[in-house]
Amino acid sequence: MSEIKKFLYVNRKAPYGTIYALESLEVVLIGAAFDQDVSLAFLDDGVFQLTRGQDTGALGVKNFSPTFRALGDYDVTKLFVERESLDERGLSEADLQEIMYEDEDDGWAEKPSIRIVSRAEMADLMADQDVVLSF
Amino acid sequence: MSYQVNGHTVEHDEEGYITNLADWNKELALEIARTENIEMDDERWEVVNFLRDYYEEYQIAPAVRVLIKAIKKSMGPEKGNNKYMYELFPYGPAKQACKIAGLPKPTGCV
Repeated sequence: MSEIKKFLYVNRKAPYGTIYALESLEVVLIGAAFDQDVSLAFLDDGVFQLTRGQDTGALGVKNFSPTFRALGDYDVTKLFVERESLDERGLSEADLQEIMYEDEDDGWAEKPSIRIVSRAEMADLMADQDVVLSF
Repeated sequence: MSYQVNGHTVEHDEEGYITNLADWNKELALEIARTENIEMDDERWEVVNFLRDYYEEYQIAPAVRVLIKAIKKSMGPEKGNNKYMYELFPYGPAKQACKIAGLPKPTGCV
């Protein structure tokens, strides 16, 4: 096997209205088969992708927000959300859905996947990656 | 392309996955299983029902390794393993069971 690379999927767009958010999630799920070190970043309007209580009934498109809660099953357990992007939109961590994963190496203990980071920390995170894919 | 069940026509794609998820019922599942040469028994229904519950909760048909891991977590290692699952569904537990469960092709299957 080749060496493990650090992949970061950067999500900047609102969940509906364009196909970017859903496409990004699908690429993450498909790419999860390749055993890389995967992180997701949510900033700008991308933070809306993780909000709780989404209802797409009036839009006539599928509400795919529950799928984020399956990411733990795909061993994708690092979802970084930028605090400034939340603040600028009047959102807080309490507005985001709870996304947990079970840590196989720690007796299947449930742990939160979402980590709130500052803009400066986000910049460091991006600089630390081998591959950055922006959606 | 379509399945015929009790005088109803249910459309499916070129691989046999039904087009409209709301068309699903148990008789249709039996018909899809027949075309897959699968004889449905309690063990196979258990997997199909598990997949439908998984889809209901997460809006996604899981990839095979994710399915097997989730079954292991929920039903224990004697069922959550490759050997058991491939005995039930020889052409791929996720692919075949999802088809019978009326779900889309698993995400992450190529």
